[in-house]
Amino acid sequence: MLHEVEVLRRFAPPRLGRFVVPALLLLLILFPFVVNAAFYVHLMILVFLFAYLGQAWNILGGYTGQVSLGHAVFLGLGAYTSTLLFEWYGVSPWIGMIAGGLVAMAFGLIIGLPTFRLQGHYFAIATIAVGESVLALFNSWDLVGGASGIYRTIVPESWWAMQFHSSKDPYYFIALGLVVTIFTVTRLIERSRLGYYFRAIKEDPDAAKSLGIDTTRYKLYSMMISAFFTGLAGTLYVQYLLFIDPEMVFLLMLSIQICLVPVLGGVGTLWGPAVGAAILIPISEFTRGYLGGSAAGLDLVVYGALIMLVAAYKPAGIMGLLRKAS
Amino acid sequence: MAAVNTVEILVQTAVSGLLWGFIFALISVGLTVIFGVMDIVNFAHGDFLMVSMYGAFVLYSFWGLDPLLSLPLVVAFMFGVGVLTYRLLISRVLDAPMLAQIFATFGLLVFLRGAAHLIFHADYQSIKNPILSGSFELFGVTMSVPQVVAAVGAMVITGLVYWFIMKTETGWALQAVAEDKEAASLMGIDSEWMYSLAWGLGSACVAIAGVLLSNFYYIFPEVGVMFGLIAYVAVALGGFGSVTGALVAGVIIGVAEVLGGFLIGPEYKYVIVFLIYLAVVVLRPKGLMGKA
Repeated sequence: MLHEVEVLRRFAPPRLGRFVVPALLLLLILFPFVVNAAFYVHLMILVFLFAYLGQAWNILGGYTGQVSLGHAVFLGLGAYTSTLLFEWYGVSPWIGMIAGGLVAMAFGLIIGLPTFRLQGHYFAIATIAVGESVLALFNSWDLVGGASGIYRTIVPESWWAMQFHSSKDPYYFIALGLVVTIFTVTRLIERSRLGYYFRAIKEDPDAAKSLGIDTTRYKLYSMMISAFFTGLAGTLYVQYLLFIDPEMVFLLMLSIQICLVPVLGGVGTLWGPAVGAAILIPISEFTRGYLGGSAAGLDLVVYGALIMLVAAYKPAGIMGLLRKAS
Repeated sequence: MAAVNTVEILVQTAVSGLLWGFIFALISVGLTVIFGVMDIVNFAHGDFLMVSMYGAFVLYSFWGLDPLLSLPLVVAFMFGVGVLTYRLLISRVLDAPMLAQIFATFGLLVFLRGAAHLIFHADYQSIKNPILSGSFELFGVTMSVPQVVAAVGAMVITGLVYWFIMKTETGWALQAVAEDKEAASLMGIDSEWMYSLAWGLGSACVAIAGVLLSNFYYIFPEVGVMFGLIAYVAVALGGFGSVTGALVAGVIIGVAEVLGGFLIGPEYKYVIVFLIYLAVVVLRPKGLMGKA
């Protein structure tokens, strides 16, 4: 057993100081009370959302090393589940949120079972194929609104209906709550046996197998956790925009953006998705705001050039940069 | 009478699918050449197709050059774009993790698509009255001239690429680098040059497909999205790096897409393609002709 522990220790996560966390959290809680501009609250909600989605992806793609380019599917399934439960049966989006997570988790299990035998690019392209298929199916599925989507019924604002019209602040706190949840969960996984197994599978699947780790089973666990949490965020996404259509939640571009966040910040690190979202989302929002209006496309040119630069010069992401400095 | 009509429509549809299949095959061959030599998927491949189509469009609108005449120019240009992409971008991520490689070419995709929006806007363009136009009838099946030329051209080029890789000394050198870079360099093969060549060749293939396509297909910034996706699926379906695999898979996808669209419904035609891919790789994780 000692041998196993020693080998597993090689996959231990690097330690990061924990003093900043409570201070940061306090700042984030105070933020909407201090900053009253709706745009900045909106921007922070997006940063939270993508930090959250990036972290959920990170569990599967970063820690376990299974690169999914179809994670938007889980977000979309979660969003549709809670939307339909509310519109058809009047179920509170809070329950819909959990249900959406479970649906996404079940779907993750269904696609994980056959595709986890595939390696590298074959797996990545399979996840694209799944995503595109689901997009096409929802586009032609009239029962759930088809391509034109569903405009949510507007009800008086309440926590029960998760609809708020006078202020964005409640959405801000829901998003912050989700972020705290996923970072706590990821932190717990990092330190647990599960996390060691995940990293072992990523670093060296054959060595992991020889240690007696059932790699397929743990890949499935990783997929289920990742899909469940991605699905949860679907409810917030749709409650915030009060509209849903397939192009909004199932597009390949969204899947790519979800994994771009941890890639930029640092794949397989706890803080990577937070750093990635904090940099990427403001850049993307500002370039769209300032450059998108007068010259459509310029924002994408800048964005694309930035992605190429990071990939070519800093493949370990910003976290890799910080770690080298420290 | 009704039965005859159905058969006629089916044959017509199958022929159309076959013609598309060869074009898909040529696009996919370009992608598989690059992958086969260096294990990198160019996610901007569909956008290279888009750039080639706009190249033909620009030469046509400003200088009245028919796509048939601009073909060599655009192909030479895209060969250069491919080599430059390798030199400036890909050579830096050769030994990087797969994610960095994915995002290097993904950044290029976003960049090119943004540039297309910036320069040409979102409008649908087309080349009006190219030399290749109209249609003819063969055994009762109507075929469009530019589409047949595109398919035949795709077939010929795919054959040429296969011949080049399998039968020429440079082709053997490409295979040697793909097999074992270090051993190849000990034999005096310059891997940098071979990698550049693979990118040039792969981009030239997609350029030919793009120019032939511009004779009869709309040109817009997102035109590469579906063609690119189909090419990834075709390449993985055929087995990464296999030229014959890409050819076979391209044709299968063309026929399946058009026939499936006709029999089940046009909105499901891509779903059928993706399901075929999933079914095949689940049974054969390295594709139809991939090396295990």
